[in-house]
Amino acid sequence: MMRRLRLIFSPLAAVKWALLALALLLLFNLFFTPGFFDVEVRDGRLYGTLVDVLNHGSKVAIVAVGMTLVIATAGIDLSVGAVVAIAGAVAATLIADHAAPWYLAVAFALLISACFGLWNGALVVALRLQPIVATLILMVAGRGVAQLITGGVITTYQDPRMTWFGNGSLFGLPVPVSLLALVALVCALATRRTSLGLFIESVGDNQPASRLAGVPDRAVRLFVYAFSGLCAGIAGIIECSYIKAADANNAGQLLELDAILAVVIGGTSLMGGRFLLVGSIIGALLMQTLTKTLYMQDVSADIAPAPKAAVVILVCLLQSPVVRERLARVRQLRKGAA
Amino acid sequence: MHRTSRLVTRLSAIVLAAILAACNNNSGSTDESANPAPKPAPGAALKVGFSQIGAESDWRKANSESIKSEAAARGVNLVFSDAQQKQENQIKALRTFIVQDVDVIVFAPVIKTGWEPVLREIKDAGIPVILTDRRVENEDLYTTFIGADFIEEGRRAARFLADATSGNAVIVELEGTPGADPAIDRKNGFAEVLAGYPGMKIIKSQSGEFTRAKGREVMETFLKSPEGPSITALYAHNDDMALGAIQAIEEAGRKPGEDIIIVSVDGIRAAFEAMVEGKLNCTVECNPLLGPILFDTIEKVVAGQEVPKWIATEEGVFTRQTAAEDIKTRKY
Repeated sequence: MMRRLRLIFSPLAAVKWALLALALLLLFNLFFTPGFFDVEVRDGRLYGTLVDVLNHGSKVAIVAVGMTLVIATAGIDLSVGAVVAIAGAVAATLIADHAAPWYLAVAFALLISACFGLWNGALVVALRLQPIVATLILMVAGRGVAQLITGGVITTYQDPRMTWFGNGSLFGLPVPVSLLALVALVCALATRRTSLGLFIESVGDNQPASRLAGVPDRAVRLFVYAFSGLCAGIAGIIECSYIKAADANNAGQLLELDAILAVVIGGTSLMGGRFLLVGSIIGALLMQTLTKTLYMQDVSADIAPAPKAAVVILVCLLQSPVVRERLARVRQLRKGAA
Repeated sequence: MHRTSRLVTRLSAIVLAAILAACNNNSGSTDESANPAPKPAPGAALKVGFSQIGAESDWRKANSESIKSEAAARGVNLVFSDAQQKQENQIKALRTFIVQDVDVIVFAPVIKTGWEPVLREIKDAGIPVILTDRRVENEDLYTTFIGADFIEEGRRAARFLADATSGNAVIVELEGTPGADPAIDRKNGFAEVLAGYPGMKIIKSQSGEFTRAKGREVMETFLKSPEGPSITALYAHNDDMALGAIQAIEEAGRKPGEDIIIVSVDGIRAAFEAMVEGKLNCTVECNPLLGPILFDTIEKVVAGQEVPKWIATEEGVFTRQTAAEDIKTRKY
């Protein structure tokens, strides 16, 4: 009976450490960071630090959702940061230099992002490159492609419908929050209400066995990379909309690492075979809360990575089966002694 | 059959010759390197090797353009090499310059350290080295450095702010990338002048990594802190961060350029546009147009004249009163 209950709640157990860390961090801010929880309504939208955390966290979380599926197939996508830069470059260039309507610019940027994702997938599936190598190619080359598109300058534009994605609000919250909700919902429905999720997990667990069992493993892997590219494209639209410009050299810089970190903190194993969408989103929000806390505590940027690393190590340690087993044994010993 | 193959050979020879000629036009270096002569007699075309960091910003592109066009105007044979922000590429380029036996080597180092071996090789080859824009740590291994005085830029920004606010300001600072030379010097120069104004205080200072997105994100945080409403001035280490911060200030419902006086460094075109709109108050120029002063210096060095170890470039301070006029003359 206990065993069964534990099985049912196992996803929650994996997320619980990230949740605990997030709760502790918020508690710390409640006492030590004045103004952290101040939220007010301005011009019909919520305004405050927590809203900023949601706003910026959403961008990373959207990329992390795509990354989660890739990692679930025992793959990895290092190119998301570069795709963010490309998507922004495409959208901004279309609007600024070619006077394209905003919906065409967005659609085209997303299409191109998905195509780059598909390209990654093709390298992995058809050429059997290791995912880390296959996506490294685009990670290195992609920023060059983005620079080429913008001609090496920061392309600015003013179209208010385009800047809405990064600056507007929907349901009182910044637009990226709604975009994250949409992406997460679609992804959750597709993976939990259809057999897609099962296929992804099975491919990640044991690819040859799944193929023998009739799982379309190639199609599944092509799909996850294309989806990851699409998610990166959405993040790229948000980023280029947020600063009303495409900054090809800096957009999405190191975002791939943030996304992977969010996925790992969220309890998805890099070995593949099991994934937790909610975990990745919580992981992304945890990292963003931490970043904001460090800003508000006036921690200088040269030492900011250190406290971040400490939190990551802590969460990863708590997730590690070995550490948990040891902890459990210590607890049992104490019980025995008492 | 035989004839066609000969035709092919001939055609390919023509194509090859055409390609070689084209290369020759581009680099302008093959004729001399094929026939290595001793140092040119006075009056002969100078041959200069220039290794640029990359094309990472508008500033950098204007910098390259200035050097190329000045070389063309003076009839100097310039061998230009783009290092794409990588030190190993730059070291390779420098070694190639030695082999090509250029008269002077000019380079803008990607980073400060790790140049000793290659600079020694150049010294052994007897070729003078001129640095632009950034320095290396080995002072004895280069002839002169031509570049901006980042500390002076910081001082000028502070003096402008002191004037504009009559010496009373609650300042927030957006710093550059931690550890980067311009970030350190612009911060120190600014603080130095501020020490003379007891009414001016920096209440918060954080890195915005020289980018628009980070500049905006950090400014958002500043504005939402408990001290946020008291902020009356912003100092950003480059224009891009200031442009990002302007958006954050607008979002917070305050008027950039009025409620919060903004001064930044670089003088890029977008900064002038912001000044014309009244959202930015002042930009301290960091002049990328080093071409003329560089080739003046090269000629002196080749002629054996003494040059100072550091040649500071001329830089202006631009305010929004004159921005509408200034923008017409901006080349970058």
